[in-house]
Formats: sequence, structure tokens, C-alpha cells
Amino acid sequence: MRMESKQKKQNTTLQQRNYQQLQQKHEIKRPVLKNCIKAFFVGGLICFIGQAVSYFYIYFFNFTEQSVGNPTVATMVFFSMLLTGFGVYDRIGQFGGAGSAVPVTGFGNAVISAAIEHRTEGFVLGVGGNMFKLAGSVILFGVFSAFVVALVKTLLVIWGVL
Amino acid sequence: MLKGHQSWVFANRPMISATGVTGGPFEANGKLANDFDLLYEDLWMGKESYEKAHRLLLEEAIKMALKKGEVQKEQVQFLFAGDLINQITPTSFAARTMQIPYFGLFGACSTSMEGLALSSFVVNYQGAKYVLTGASSHNAAVEKQFRYPTEYGGQKPPTAQWTITGAGVALVQPNEPEKLHPVTTSATIGKVIDMGLTDPFNMGGAMAPAAADTIMAHFRDLKLDPSHYDLIVTGDLGRVGHDTAFELLNKSGLKMERKQFQDCGLLMYKDDQPVQSGGSGAGCSATVLYGHLLNQMKKGTYQRMLVVATGALLSPLSFQQSESIPCIAHAVAIEMNGEKG
Repeated sequence: MRMESKQKKQNTTLQQRNYQQLQQKHEIKRPVLKNCIKAFFVGGLICFIGQAVSYFYIYFFNFTEQSVGNPTVATMVFFSMLLTGFGVYDRIGQFGGAGSAVPVTGFGNAVISAAIEHRTEGFVLGVGGNMFKLAGSVILFGVFSAFVVALVKTLLVIWGVL
Repeated sequence: MLKGHQSWVFANRPMISATGVTGGPFEANGKLANDFDLLYEDLWMGKESYEKAHRLLLEEAIKMALKKGEVQKEQVQFLFAGDLINQITPTSFAARTMQIPYFGLFGACSTSMEGLALSSFVVNYQGAKYVLTGASSHNAAVEKQFRYPTEYGGQKPPTAQWTITGAGVALVQPNEPEKLHPVTTSATIGKVIDMGLTDPFNMGGAMAPAAADTIMAHFRDLKLDPSHYDLIVTGDLGRVGHDTAFELLNKSGLKMERKQFQDCGLLMYKDDQPVQSGGSGAGCSATVLYGHLLNQMKKGTYQRMLVVATGALLSPLSFQQSESIPCIAHAVAIEMNGEKG
């Protein structure tokens, strides 16, 4: 990204740079600190609910702390699906920012919103083809980074470091 | 008649005899709800897709303009219109329904004034007895194409703008001096300006130089100064772009008062509506001009105004490929009939 923006700077003319400076004065800045605080509390609240769901499965069903992850994630994605369908999650997202995007509910929202959006183009080309339009890169790079981490760990074990 | 480098003067003063303006639920809660002829309670408008709803907005606006102008669609020679969707299908499909000879236009959000300038030119030179012109946008259909799914919970920055749902259509016909109607007197066609901005969530900032360039060209070509107009109104610059354009114009020596310089995107919504920097979209300038502003003009609030619609000529593909955002603006001057300039 930085390389790209450096390159862009070199390609701009003096007139363009002057204008960009003038424009920046009027550009309304993102309230970063306020957004961070909101994200902290919204994200925290979502994780708090997630923790409650975990305990629910541990106490009422036969799950252990190791195995409770799967049903909890499924339940949280289900909640996020409902909220997305009722048109609430995008409002939470505008308020919570990263707080509602980073937890698994944000992932669920990205999948479900794309599925709803492209329903009008049919189930195969619409829903099927577009469902992972936003979430696809999360899956790809998530799986890839897990692979890299596993590879590093395996090598370290072989070399006797760990 | 060509005047200066890029402006037309319409000596026969074509008349905007009727308009039709439709809008969606979000506009119904806005500041200008009373200036719409028809407001839908629901974004789907009883259709199976947002794109079909988009088409309905334009069809109903056309029907409304024809009804108010007491003209049958068979009497209309041409339709100049456009929208933001790929291959402007909502407009072309509406033209299929209406069966009016059709020029499909694409000037992004500047389409409204591109259409009005061309319509006025055609009518001014007896190329037609009646011409319809307009532009439309549908929030969900446009967001789907340019941004994220409607229900996606991404956080929009404060520079983002809200695509309005609405269509504005005007019926343009030769002047009838005894009638008290708004007339078009001149138009300035803008050139594409690119200041190298790349953020699609800050269209106002990208479009401001195009607006300023066209406004300056207008006053240079017509040898006028801003005091000639009671109102100079931009299409959808929003808060960021409007402030920037105002500074650009002031720096270039065009002196105007803040009250005299307004923006359709800022007029549309109430302060408590979550639209970030204001309204935008092809329907923005069309609905505000053909609804609110012409109503105000008929009431006598304004005698002469210059409407400058701005458009960002990007596509979802071009910004993903890190291209900058080229922008354009077209201006049309409108007066009340009987007032001599």
C-alpha cells in the first residue's frame, strides 16, 4: 500500500498536489479515538455474549472448553444472520466499526448480506456465485496464514527448537 | 447559439412546462418530502428486484410530468435520460415502456443537466415540440453495484454520501410568453477534470474541481458575474466537496455569498438522518431541481439560478485497479419567464 501511494505521488502533477492539499483541509476526518472506544465496547459486548453462549453449552450440554468453540461460533453466526436479515446489523456496523466487523459475527454478516443482496439473480449465479464475494478473501488468507503458521511450527519441532 | 468556448445561449428560451418527481422512503423523511409528487413507503416498491424498482421510479416520474403537462406520450419527440446502473438499463427499460424516441445518456450524477442542456438545445432550434429529460437513482441498486451489499455492516467514513432514491423528469417545450413557467437561458458543458483523488468514499472532494471549472467557464463565456444569479446550486458535492468548491471559486476571484451557493445533496435530508456528508446520485440534482427548486422559483424565492450537476465518472472496476476518479460538471441557467436578463 505504501509503495503504491508513493508511486501515486510521483505520478501526480503540481496542480493535482496543490488541490489535494486544499481539499484535505475540508475533508472531515474519521473520529479515530471515538471509533476505537465504540469498537472496544461493541466488540467486547459481542464477545461477552459469545462467552455466555459457551458457558451455556458447557453447563447444559456435554461440551468441554476445547470442544465448545464450534457450537458457539455456529450460534453467533446464526444470531448475526438474524440481525442481518432484519436489517439491524448494518446499523450496528456503522456504530461499532471494527468492534462488530472483527468477531465471527462480522464474518457471518459479510456472507449473509451478500447472499441476500444477490438473491434476485437466482440461487446458482446469484446467491451461490456471490455469497463469498466479501468473505472469500477472509477464508483464503485465513487458511493460508494457518498453513504458514503450522509449517513454521512443524519446522521448529523438527529442528528441536520447541 | 455558441457563446465563448463551451457554452450555449438559448435565445428562444425553452420552457420547462411540467415536472414529475418520485422518491423513496428515506426521502419521505427528508426535508423536501412535500416537493415530491409521489413517494414510496418501501425500497422494493412492490417489485421483485431493486433494479425493477429503479425503473418504476423513472416510469412514474415520466407519467407524472406528462399528466401535469397535459401531453400524451405520443406527442413527445425525444427522451434524454440516464442513470448509474451498468449500461443504464433502468432508463432504457423505462424507455421501452414509454415508446418515446430515446437518447440514453451517461454522465454519472451530472446526467440531469447534460439532459436538460441537450433538450433545451434541441427545442431551441425547433428540433422538437416536446422533449422529456431526467435522471434517476435507487439507493440499494446503486450501492449494490458500486459499494457493498445493502445489509453489510461496514463503517462508512464521514466523507461518504448517501445515494438518493428518486427520479426527476422535466417536460421541455418551446416558449409560450403568456405562461409563467421556468425557462432555460444558457448552458455550459464541462470538461473532464481529474485531480488524482482515489477515495470512492470521498466523491465530493473529487468532484469539487470539476464544478469550479464549469462555473468559472460559464461566467467567462457569458461575461457575467455571480451576482447575476440569486442561486448557484451544485448537484451532489456534499459537505466536503461544497466547502472545497466554495474555496476554489473564492480563490479564483468569483465573489459570492455563502447563502447564494448551495448544494442539492445538502438540501435533501434532515440533519439527524445518517447520510454522512449528504445526498448524492443521479437522481439527487434531478429531484431537488425539478421538485423543490422550481417550486421555490414559482413562488418567487428565486428569479435566476444556475444549476451545476457534478458527476464522478468512475466504475467499481476502475477504482479497484487504483485509477483516480475523473469528474465532470454541466451547468444550466434557469429563469422565470417574463424576466429579461
